[in-house]
Amino acid sequence: MEPILECRNLTKTYPGKMALCGVSLTVAKGRIVGLLGPNGSGKSTLIKLANGLLTPTGGELLIGGKAPGSESKKIVSYLPERTYLNDWMTVRALVDFFADFYADFSKEKAYDMLQRLNISAGSRLKTLSKGTKEKVQLILVMSREASLYLLDEPIGGVDPAARDYILNTIISNYTENASVVISTHLISDVEKILDDVIFLSMGTVALTSTVDDIREKKNKSVDELFREVFKC
Amino acid sequence: MGWDLKSGRPIYFQLMEQIELRIISGIYPPGGRLPSVRDMAMDASVNPNTMQRALAELENEGLLYSQRTSGRFVTEDEGRIMEMKNKLAKAVIDEFMKHMTQLGYNRRQTIALINQTEEENN
Repeated sequence: MEPILECRNLTKTYPGKMALCGVSLTVAKGRIVGLLGPNGSGKSTLIKLANGLLTPTGGELLIGGKAPGSESKKIVSYLPERTYLNDWMTVRALVDFFADFYADFSKEKAYDMLQRLNISAGSRLKTLSKGTKEKVQLILVMSREASLYLLDEPIGGVDPAARDYILNTIISNYTENASVVISTHLISDVEKILDDVIFLSMGTVALTSTVDDIREKKNKSVDELFREVFKC
Repeated sequence: MGWDLKSGRPIYFQLMEQIELRIISGIYPPGGRLPSVRDMAMDASVNPNTMQRALAELENEGLLYSQRTSGRFVTEDEGRIMEMKNKLAKAVIDEFMKHMTQLGYNRRQTIALINQTEEENN
């Protein structure tokens, strides 16, 4: 089966720093993949390359067999690490904005999730707390019926109860044809919902495995293995 | 009954154990229909593929069976469920005996202590 995301010898350098160095990996359809690594290991760079926000210095990255561009943006739903939404807009206006922008956006899904998290659609974004802003943004991203969700630190700023709800949202929204890539440090929170993990270390792939393989062969949780591999 | 997933053991394996417990305790009665994979995965906050794997393994073991259109059911064979129950009970006892050995009790002392504790509790 054709992978939804494929990197071949992908390299990205910034002046004076190599962010990614010859990364080759694939993400198959229907998988939930954890992109894990310490700070500065290249996680966000990889996700930005997949969204066409950066261009590779070398090698290639393909979404559904094509280089990132306007076609790939139709099928990729991206949660950036920082918010880019206009904070003077109300939640309702943002929902309309997303519905205009993306053909695969479901307003019904968005309002359903907003209600579950007690977020009123009339509030302006700037009046909401940091955690609530993050929830709004995640709801917008997960209300699309995309083929690939790229979530950069989706649960970093929200409380544990909302974290559980968000993880459940990810599980319930994804279909057999959709893949989810989650970059995070909060491994113990996400590892129950992951199929596979990719460990990045200083711009290279340190390990790829299924979660149950790690548990079966090493008799450790992914969190324990991560602490061991990246021990400071 | 909540889903209790911890430790470094494979998640699908822990899910299998928890489903077995639910079958034994009658939450999923013999011949009863299980919720959908997606609902069970949501309930346990795990990946649907992992839940699917746990259910497939239990099917291989003959505790569950699928009907093409109507879903997945617990076996009607109560003998098979009893067999699993005995297997789990034996594992609990083995584990307990191991702990007691670590504490320095032999088999006879352990049994005496169980009886004594039971009398005190009644």
